[in-house]
Amino acid sequence: MTDVSVATDDIEALLERASDGVAFDGLHVTETDGEYALETPGNEWTGLDDAALRRALDSVAAYVTNWRYWQETVGGEGTARRAFLRWCERAPLADADPDAAPTGPRTGGADDADDRPGALGVTDRYDALRDGIDREWGQLSITARFVDIDAPDGERVYDLWHVEDAGRDLADLEIHDDPRDARELATYDEDGRYRPLKTAPTLPGGWAFTGLSGAELVETVEFFYPATVANWHRELRGNLDVDHWLETAERQTGIYDVIDELPREAVEWMTEACCVDSQCLRRREWQYEAGDDLAVDGGDGPFPCREPCSLVVAAARKWATLESEDEHTYELELTTSELNQLEELIDAVAEGRTDEIREADVYDGANRYRARYLRAKRFDDEGDLEATRVDD
Amino acid sequence: MQALVIAAHGSHLNPDASDPTYAHADTIRETGAFDEVREAFWKEEPHFREVIRTLESDEVFVVPLFISEGYFTEQVIPRELRLDDWDPDKWESDGTSASQATLEATDVGKTIHYCGPVGTHDAMTDVIVQRAETAMEDPNVGDGVGLSVVGHGTERNENSAKAIEYHSDRIAERNRFDEVKALFMDEEPEVDDVTDYFESDDIVVVPLFIADGYHTQEDIPEDMGLTEDYRLGWDVPAAVDGHRIWYTGAVGTEDLMADVVLERAADAGADIGDAREAVRRLAASAAEAGTDSSPEPNAGAGAGD
Repeated sequence: MTDVSVATDDIEALLERASDGVAFDGLHVTETDGEYALETPGNEWTGLDDAALRRALDSVAAYVTNWRYWQETVGGEGTARRAFLRWCERAPLADADPDAAPTGPRTGGADDADDRPGALGVTDRYDALRDGIDREWGQLSITARFVDIDAPDGERVYDLWHVEDAGRDLADLEIHDDPRDARELATYDEDGRYRPLKTAPTLPGGWAFTGLSGAELVETVEFFYPATVANWHRELRGNLDVDHWLETAERQTGIYDVIDELPREAVEWMTEACCVDSQCLRRREWQYEAGDDLAVDGGDGPFPCREPCSLVVAAARKWATLESEDEHTYELELTTSELNQLEELIDAVAEGRTDEIREADVYDGANRYRARYLRAKRFDDEGDLEATRVDD
Repeated sequence: MQALVIAAHGSHLNPDASDPTYAHADTIRETGAFDEVREAFWKEEPHFREVIRTLESDEVFVVPLFISEGYFTEQVIPRELRLDDWDPDKWESDGTSASQATLEATDVGKTIHYCGPVGTHDAMTDVIVQRAETAMEDPNVGDGVGLSVVGHGTERNENSAKAIEYHSDRIAERNRFDEVKALFMDEEPEVDDVTDYFESDDIVVVPLFIADGYHTQEDIPEDMGLTEDYRLGWDVPAAVDGHRIWYTGAVGTEDLMADVVLERAADAGADIGDAREAVRRLAASAAEAGTDSSPEPNAGAGAGD
């Protein structure tokens, strides 16, 4: 640790605060009647005069520069931004409610196993920040590191890329440094289709943000995954405000006024269709109403979902209309294989698999030629399935 | 600290719908007038519901990027922002005169200055005129030219038409254009009959919409007879019934819109320093550079969904 460089400036900044007492990340400085006491997890000094305090602080450079970075550069005591940046380097989170929530996205990939016990003290963090500390935030891989690896002065910067690009050479990635570029990157999936849901697990890779400041990192993350930092922080502190389905549905007006008529079982089907891990990185925390949980699991997504999103609300309107129709009994003729094929077709669309089905793979019921054949055979001249309603 | 939130509709279907919102937000970010600037949407993220909690500022100015005082600005946005004490009467508006109301967002305990929509601000009149200037590539456009301001209009809310008429009247009072007429998509007088309302050979038609989409790029061009099929595009100017029609894109995409947003916030008490001058300079230089005011027709839903 001896090669951590502490600037005179750092020490002056700390001395200015010393008379009020400093207690941060294991560094304690107190002043009594002109004499200083200094304490770190490894050392303790008492009865220091001004000059002796300076010398002592010089010998605990990591603690001094760490104090400076967090208290002077980052600041923002109590903010989500600060908590998030602390989480990025596995620092203890001052405002975490130990009973309330995980200290980070619940599933962060491989690095999650050591997540909960694993807050690092200054010494360990300083060692780790030389190589970079990696975290995952949805499909984002974030690295916190020192600006100057050879002679760290406490200043951190952050790199950000897609988790799937974590092993790739930076030279193969498109480099960005403006947080606003994230908006464009988050707008389309890898097939160029619009992503109306920012937390859909379809973020494309191929880019990297490097050397971001803490504020820039948070801004960039928020363009990729809006409001996830704020809601994570609320969950961390145990005050996530969840609005359940009924509250949200009853709040709607205009064309969405009807969605509170969606039957309870349809809400189950809707969450199974939309709010599962394969479709969204958010973990559904809202239920049918307070004290009345939906049977469908909320998933293991890293970010809490605190109320039905606008896509769910818009889709619910369609389902509310569809569910208002009466059911009937129809009679139609199908071979067993044709019935199976209908299931395969629905499955293929539901799993977003249609693009993967090979042109000549006529063994797959959702193959285009198979579907065209079924249509040619079973549709009438009006283009409708030949089915007869048998009830009145 | 003070923050600005630009509240817009956005779209689940059309990725371009939020472009003007981002562009104006970025222009204002460049001025540094606010500690924080956020875009927020009804159909995109961050949603109105969750935008305020992303801010560190205690004082927040919310400016709706909407044309009129109506359903979205009077009901949806305040409700979703959790401005529990909101009532449209707090704007004390005659339908086009809303300035702001000071409220509290109950989930975060912050002071929210909820501003009137950009569409009814007086500065919007200048934006419409600038739109006409860029369309005809003539900074002195007016003589011998008719101007039509086109709006959605709806029988359901009279304020929708009021905003269009308000600016038409203000432009007419300047005696700059030979003729000025407000026309609508969904009520009389209709934009379909645009040539019936003008004697001037040249008619510049400015749609008072926030973003280009279905209405401005499909409906209106076809309704006016600029083209048989929007997918084939249209000429600017286009010859219709012996007139030349200079049809521009949605006025909300004009660079000067950032100035209207700033003025809304300033009227509500935001300290914006000399940001307005900076934005006006920027917009003027962009206009002189002859920005293309006739974007490619694009398909997709606009603000209707």
